[in-house]
Order: sequence, then structure tokens, then C-alpha cells
Amino acid sequence: MMNIKQLAMGTAMALVMTGAANAEPITVVSWGGSYGEAQDKALFTDASKNSGIEIVRESGASMSKACLQVESGSVTWDLVVTGSGGAAAAAAKGCLEKIDFGVVDVSDFYKNTYTDYCIGSDVFATVMSWNTDKYGEPGSDGAPKSWADFFDVEKFPGTRAYRANNVDGALEPALMADGVPADKVYEVLSTREGKERAINKIRELKPHIAVFWGSGAQQAQLMKDAEVDMTTGWNGRFDNAKKDGAKVGYTFNQALLDYDCFAMPKGAPNKDTAMKFLAEISKPEYQANLPFHITYGPTNKKAYELTTAPKELIEALPSHPNNVPKMLPVSLDWYAEHRAEALEMYMELLSE
Amino acid sequence: MTAIGIEKTGQSEAPLHAEELHRQQAREQWTLLGLAVPALIIVCLIILIPVGWLFYLSFVGNDGELSLQHYAKMVQYKSYARVFATTFQVSVLTTGICILIGYPLSYFLALLPPRWVGFFMLAVLLPFWTSLLVRTYAWLVLLQKNGLLNDFAMQVGLWDTPVKLVHNMTGTLIGMAHIMLPFLVLPLYNAMKKIDRDLMYAAGNLGASPVSAFWRVYFPLSLPGMVAGSLIVFVLCLGFYVTPAVLGGGRVIMVATQITAILENQFDWGAASALGVVLLIATMLFLYIAGRLFKFDAALFGKN
Repeated sequence: MMNIKQLAMGTAMALVMTGAANAEPITVVSWGGSYGEAQDKALFTDASKNSGIEIVRESGASMSKACLQVESGSVTWDLVVTGSGGAAAAAAKGCLEKIDFGVVDVSDFYKNTYTDYCIGSDVFATVMSWNTDKYGEPGSDGAPKSWADFFDVEKFPGTRAYRANNVDGALEPALMADGVPADKVYEVLSTREGKERAINKIRELKPHIAVFWGSGAQQAQLMKDAEVDMTTGWNGRFDNAKKDGAKVGYTFNQALLDYDCFAMPKGAPNKDTAMKFLAEISKPEYQANLPFHITYGPTNKKAYELTTAPKELIEALPSHPNNVPKMLPVSLDWYAEHRAEALEMYMELLSE
Repeated sequence: MTAIGIEKTGQSEAPLHAEELHRQQAREQWTLLGLAVPALIIVCLIILIPVGWLFYLSFVGNDGELSLQHYAKMVQYKSYARVFATTFQVSVLTTGICILIGYPLSYFLALLPPRWVGFFMLAVLLPFWTSLLVRTYAWLVLLQKNGLLNDFAMQVGLWDTPVKLVHNMTGTLIGMAHIMLPFLVLPLYNAMKKIDRDLMYAAGNLGASPVSAFWRVYFPLSLPGMVAGSLIVFVLCLGFYVTPAVLGGGRVIMVATQITAILENQFDWGAASALGVVLLIATMLFLYIAGRLFKFDAALFGKN
């Protein structure tokens, strides 16, 4: 009898608590590994303290899971980290809430680091990285300098790693290695022949690709364990691997400039609170702390003025004005139109 | 159930008792059916309805109309056929390896004096207590280029340059066989325990050599256990995701990986469902044909 009474009281209390929607913590979902950790330290913890908004952290962010929540009508996530391409695709499927620009201030943001459905959290680059014991420190004479070097196994004998099961950032390097100038890459890729040209280039390299990586954490691990000699990947992951003792270096030359962002699934349970929290973490003072934890650049220009990070660190960020001209900005328009076909073609290559 | 009720009129001897017996039998059968109801409801709720939904989704095109576009794509791009081929190849090979390792192991276990069985059974079951992910990554640590095995072998002088043991089919099969082995050993050991040892002595008594006694008496009797275990291993392998994804290095692409790729990149439930449907049908076909070829339904259910 006592137990039943206690149970009833518990249930009643739970009901009362869910009734007070304002006090409910919001669910913020990011990725695992050093990326999520960096966001915790730079953005989430402090922003939660300062705004008084309680958050519940989850890992394993994915736009497909967010879309599944939306389509099944049981949304539990409030803010989800995603790549720019994923956000664009999810928005096109109608899975995302529109951003309330009356709440979130993007006036100091770089152009093209936010859309109506997502707010840029950081700027990153898809770079080529290599084992410095094998090919030398970046900038040294023998070190690889371009995608052509990455694809040249005679000049740089050794094993490679490349992207698995996802075509994002996989075709552009192959075309640049094949001699297409950066500003013509997306034009060439817009035809089927162009895509085939890129695929053929990767096919040539395939016997030397020892591993196809599936995540940022894996990129870092491959370089730490010296499992491969060169890989594509996200610059911040390699800097963190280096901090952990990995012999790894990379170059921004011909890298792909891209951004991650926060998006809100349609029907998020705490939409208004989450929007306020999004506004808070988009403030430059939080983004200014990001470089201390991962070398991804701020999307808010003001963060560059506010940051107390040393000069070398700031100059190592992908969105730093010195680095941007070396890179090819990822074209979301191309991905919106060609991603599905490109993925099928890439999967065909991988399954050969 | 009604058949039993009708039958009574046809029976001649002791009609009163027969009627009562039939009634009791019917009641008993209904009771037994009643016991199965919770399981049936669960099967309906968590298997039939979702699978039906999966079938339906696979025929809905991206524009929301009924269409075969997801199936057309599987014909258009060769990757799908290759992925199915890889899936079945990995499953058949893993099952084969499990039989090669598991049969002698089960035989050994079945021969052990009872007080030792516990210890060795523990060794077989211990991996079950560790998470799948941990076991898979443990293999990665062991097998990779600068992993423990390569380091050891190179120090001892077995080979000079690192051997590629992982991020390929070899690594996938090693990991999968390790994870699947208990699923084969348990039913097989169970079947072997039930084989009367006297049959072997009788065979010897009748002039059979130990080898021929084994093949003509013991092996056929152990077949039902082996078939049951192999089927469990095979079917589990077909849907495997983690181990090939981690140990295959992106080269061993199985259906589950392809489904994830489609979902993660395109949020395309229809295309993903179509893959699931084809895998389900391919599996049924495969089992049907294998059953016809090897007559394992006879071995499994004791039919002649």
C-alpha cells in the first residue's frame, strides 16, 4: 500500500513538473570526441550559467535522426549540431524550424555562415593531413603541398585514408588533383562527366587507400596510430591529435572551407527557450573561447576582436583572413542539387 | 478446434468418455494457445506491423506517390548488387569459420567430465558479457598495422613488414567469427550432450572403425544442433553493422552500412526500406534454397 501511495505521489509530482514548461531544461545535441568537448567548454557550460537556461547534453547528433523525430511526431531534441549540407538537406525536407532573427543576432556574422534554418557555430576546413615523420613538417621542402601530391603515390609513396559512405568533400579534392582550378571545381562537377572524372581519379588511388574513415574521431585515431600515412579530414581533429602526441601536419592549401551549425528540429519541445539559448551561444564572447579547445574559426567576426588567444593560434583558424583565400568554399547549391547522384556514384566506387 | 468437436460423432467406442476426452483436449489446446497470446501480440506489434510499414514505405516515391523508383535505383547502380553479394559472402564465410572452430570445440565440451564443463563454458560465454563495441575495438587494437599482433610477430621475426590484418575482409571475418561463435557452440553442445555414448560403442561393437562410427552415427545425430546454430549465426550476420563497419575499414560494405549511408545522407526512408525489403526476401529465398539443397529442415525438425 505504501508503495502505491508513493508511486501516485511521484506521478503527481512528475505531472506538476512537466506542467512548468519554462523551467524545463533544453536538450542540446552535438557530436562525440574532441568536437563536442570543445563546444561544452567554450559554449554550452558558460552560456548555460550566464543565461540561466538549463541544458541536457546528448551526443550523436544527426539530421536523419532529427528528421525521424519530426516525421514520427516525437521530437525530443531542441538544438542539434549539423554540417551545413546536412542542415540544407533537412531544411529542404521540412524538418527544421525557421530561425527567429529577432532573437538571434547575426549582424556580425560572416556572410554565408547562416541560413534561414541554421546558425553557423564554427568554420572548419576539410584538409589533407600526413604523418610528419614520413613526409616532413608542413612547409618543409619535401612535404606535400596540394591535392595533386595527395594523389601522387610515386612522389609520396605510402598509404592513404579517404571518406567512407558519404560523398561530402570527397569529389572536390580529386578534381583539383586532376588539374581543375579551384574556382571551376563545382562547374565541372555539375555534369555527369565531371563527377565521373573525379570518381576515376579516386579509383586510381583506391589500391593505396588502406582505410575509408567514417568519423572525425576516426581520422584522429588513424593518424595517432600511424595506421595510414596521409588522410583527408577536418583540421581541428588533427590539431587535437597533435596535442595528444600524433605526428601529424596539414595544409590549408586547396582545402575545402565549410561550416557547422545549430539547427532546431520542427516542433522542438522547448522552442522559445532553445532559441534564446541559440542566441546566447552565438554571441562573440563564447565563440572567442572556441580556438582554445579546437582550431575551428568563429562565425561571428567580433569573436576575432574579443579573443585572448595567442596570435599563432588565431592565424591557424580556417576562417582567418590569411587562410580563406587558399581554400575553396563548399557550395551548398551544388550539394542541394547533386548530392544524391554523387553519393550513388561514390558508393558504387567504394563497393567495387 | 471445431474439427475436434465434429469428430466425436464418428467415434464409436465409449461415446461418453470420448466426448469428455475430446472436450478436455480442446480446452487444453485453447489454454496452450492462450499461453502463447502475449508472445503473439508482441510478435504482431514489434515485427509484423513494422515490417508491413517497411514494405509500404519502400513503394512510396520521393514525391509521396506509389512508385518503384527505389527498386529501379537498385538495378541502375551496381553498388547495390555488390553490397548484397558482400553481405551474403561475409555471412556464409563467417558461418563456415564458426562451424570449423565450433564443431571440434563443442565436441570437446561434450566429452569433458561435467566438473570441467563449467569452466570451459565460461570461456565460451565470457565474450557475451563484454559489449560488442568493446570487443570489436579490441580486435582493432590487436590487428592494426602497429597493433599488438604485428608488433609481436615482427619482433619474433615471423614477418618483416606489417601484415594487413584489419581494415579488410580478413579483419571483418576474424571479428565476426569471434562474436558469433557462442551462437553456434551453445545449440551444438546441447545437441551433442543428448547423443547417447552407447551408440558409439554399439557401432564399434558391430565392427565400425572410430572414424566411420563418428561419421555414420555421431555426426548425423549432431546435425540438428549444427544446423540450428549455423542458421542463427548466418541470419545474425546478415544484419551486422558495427563489426564490418569498424574492422572492414570502409571496404567491406554490408547492407546495414548502405542503409545507414542512405539515411544519414539523404533521409530517404523509402530507399532504405527498399534495401531492407530486398534483404528480407533474399534471406528467405536463400534459406529456402539452402533448405532444399541440404535438406536441413529434416535435420532441424526431425522429419524424414
